[in-house]
Amino acid sequence: MADRGRAAGWVLGAVLLALPLALPQFYVLLATEMLIMGLFAVGFNLLLGYGGMVSFGQAAFYGVGAYTCGLLLKKTGLPFPAAVLAAPLVAALFALVFGFFCIRLTRIYFSMLTLAFSQIVWATAHKWYALTGGDNGLIGVPIPVALSGPRAFYLFTAVVAAGATWGLWRAVNAPFGRTLLAIRENAERAEFVGIHVRRAQLTAFVLSGGVAGLAGALFALFTRGAFPEYAFWTKSAEVLLMTLLGGPHVFLGPALGAGLLILLNSVVTSFTEYWPVVLGAILLALIYLFPGGVTRLFVGRSAAPAGGEGG
Amino acid sequence: MPDLGTFLDPGFLAVQCLNGLTQAMFLFLIASGLSLIFGVLGVLNFAHGSLYMLGAYLSYTIAAHFVGSPAAFWVALVVGSLAVAVVGGLVEAVFLRPVYRREELEQLLVTYALVLIISDAVKFVWGPDNRSGSRPAILAGSVEIAGRAFPTYNLFVLALGPLVALGLWLLLSRTQFGRLVRAAANDREMVGVVGTDVSRLFTGVFTLGAWLGGLGGGLAAPVGAIFPGMDVEVIVESFIVVVVGGMGSLSGTLLGAIVIGQLNAFGILLFPRFAIVFVYVLMAVVLVARPWGLLGKPVTR
Amino acid sequence: MLAVEGISRAFGGFQALSGVSLRVEPGEISAVIGPNGAGKSTLFNVITGHLVPDSGRVTFQGREITGLPPHTICRLGVARSFQRTNIFPRLTVFENVQTAVLSHERRAFGLWTPARNLGRARAMAVLEDVGLAHRAGEPSGSLSYGDQKQLELGITLALDPALLLLDEPTAGMSPQETRTSVALIERIARNRRLTVLFTEHDMSVVFSVARRIRVLHQGRILAEGTPDEIRRNDEVKRVYLGEGAIRRLRA
Repeated sequence: MADRGRAAGWVLGAVLLALPLALPQFYVLLATEMLIMGLFAVGFNLLLGYGGMVSFGQAAFYGVGAYTCGLLLKKTGLPFPAAVLAAPLVAALFALVFGFFCIRLTRIYFSMLTLAFSQIVWATAHKWYALTGGDNGLIGVPIPVALSGPRAFYLFTAVVAAGATWGLWRAVNAPFGRTLLAIRENAERAEFVGIHVRRAQLTAFVLSGGVAGLAGALFALFTRGAFPEYAFWTKSAEVLLMTLLGGPHVFLGPALGAGLLILLNSVVTSFTEYWPVVLGAILLALIYLFPGGVTRLFVGRSAAPAGGEGG
Repeated sequence: MPDLGTFLDPGFLAVQCLNGLTQAMFLFLIASGLSLIFGVLGVLNFAHGSLYMLGAYLSYTIAAHFVGSPAAFWVALVVGSLAVAVVGGLVEAVFLRPVYRREELEQLLVTYALVLIISDAVKFVWGPDNRSGSRPAILAGSVEIAGRAFPTYNLFVLALGPLVALGLWLLLSRTQFGRLVRAAANDREMVGVVGTDVSRLFTGVFTLGAWLGGLGGGLAAPVGAIFPGMDVEVIVESFIVVVVGGMGSLSGTLLGAIVIGQLNAFGILLFPRFAIVFVYVLMAVVLVARPWGLLGKPVTR
Repeated sequence: MLAVEGISRAFGGFQALSGVSLRVEPGEISAVIGPNGAGKSTLFNVITGHLVPDSGRVTFQGREITGLPPHTICRLGVARSFQRTNIFPRLTVFENVQTAVLSHERRAFGLWTPARNLGRARAMAVLEDVGLAHRAGEPSGSLSYGDQKQLELGITLALDPALLLLDEPTAGMSPQETRTSVALIERIARNRRLTVLFTEHDMSVVFSVARRIRVLHQGRILAEGTPDEIRRNDEVKRVYLGEGAIRRLRA
């Protein structure tokens, strides 16, 4: 039963991914953006849903990834695949350094420090003209000719995002995912079960940062540029909202949230400039009426995030 | 970077220092409300910048109604800040009360939703263009300090800051309300157990905090640009002040405001390009070395 | 196996432990008893690394473990259960134990192989031992209190420890549950040759199971000896009967 369900899931997933290719260009571009933010959000949820850590600074790694990829492509002769791969690695390195300090703190202090580091990244990108182009940003990032068409780029993004997501899925269903959940449920007890809690949390932080960096690189390629706003705290808020909207208790919930939010944004902004108030209303509805996000409406109250089975 | 001669001129330094202090007083007014709300309610009120912005816009509009009258500014300041206080009280009662039992993140998100809504509401009512208020006639000039012109209005703010701080201190230490507030900041649950109407207390504190924010906005109206987006600009700096000074500590907020104010004033002078990084670096350093801030209560990390 | 020497620990102005020393021999089942507030939990916290003592040392199997973090001490073979149930509420019963098994097998950080069936055999064996195998798929938070305490024990056992520290293992249990639990602990301790140190308020459990008893009072070891010796100790009687804390004493 489970196997048939899973096979159906794969087929559905493949169909969904292929669908935009048949639509007009506008939707292809929209879908590309959805995939990128979806990837970002799923990686973010490793921290929030699985690790129970609220980071206000993941945009830092998104921005670092974007700039790394953009700078490598524009200013060095590095081959395309290397530049794309370098982005999550550099972002993960930043996450390692930042995370080392952040993990030592809890709750609001943790969140505030992630915010502080992220703003430092933003401010540096904003002001270091020589390196990043300052607030003009980095423009004219070259991408291979083969990917310059929207459909080709969409396919590329789909493959990369799906691959990274699959890697995360493996990690989350592997013992590491259980460890994170245990820490989230009862960090003290996890410590007394022999789990090095700090190391597990740092690992999650680095993984999440790396995925954010990959998403950032994809977005830099998508927009042919990198800008300081990519690292501003509102980007972190955006990914947080997407995760909560979709639901942090289901692995792909955040991706759904990302898709929904981008779609809603696109629809609403086409006939009014007052998107923030709509977003605010959605957020309030989310908190008061359906906490747990859209997926909880369908999946119902489950014991724990995806992977909560036993016996 | 100014040449060394001007920089070492004590008059110049003095004026810069006063500039920093002025900015500090603005920051203190706004951040004090934030600190109070966090200390008592435990809520990090993202919407505080929005209340500040509301105060600025309302003061501007009210003053515009009385244009020509010397009392315009004062009436606008008082009425505007009180109006914001009322808005604050309503907001707390309607939006925050249902989520007190929930997780901190959800409370924070409610305030963020309010930021979005208020921001658009302001844009809807007043439009997206910049406005600027004007100073009252008696404060419009400048005073000579160490051979340099220093705006009288800034002196006024410099005087008002400590006055408000004193007023708050008196309120907290001498009144029944203040006693309750301090008790609740120490132990929220106990206060409810001993029979205090916690909801009313929370609404009261939030109203007070909102009033402070609105007051800050009303005072800022004549000197800065009034524009949608000033809420976001000010809230992050307020967070930094509260973090550096110590969350929930009013004296810490004052100290934090002074530190940040001076850091900004001199930072822009010494490293005009990178000045904005300093405050964030300071925030990070404080959180790493001493998370509870300069004057906060040490907590387990 | 375990040597505690001169442990002192204060909280603010309150001296929770002063100069506590004791030795636990391998294979021995022994107990620490004392009125509420005597410092039993603090002692356990110090031994397991949750607290750093102000002075003194703790040695386990010849190796000093004072001040090491809890997860390291746990890895060395000291496992602890908690007075209030300390489980992973939204995980299933199986996952609760599996987490401990995976940690013990050093697989907690595995990033690739699905965890669904890892350590299953061991986890189920432990669940069988504590009588919870039939509830393996249920969220542990929905278990009754007694079952949760059994799970608590199960998690501790899954770590295959050399030294078991049980903090009031039968607290809040009915007499029936207490009997089952005690029998289980004795059986497992015997089969696996575990060393057990526990604290308890239920004197019938203490006096029937423990070979050695130490009495802790106001942060100090008041008396130490076999159950008979303790029963006849006048100071112990004064402390207990004077404070009315004792519940049942088998004559």
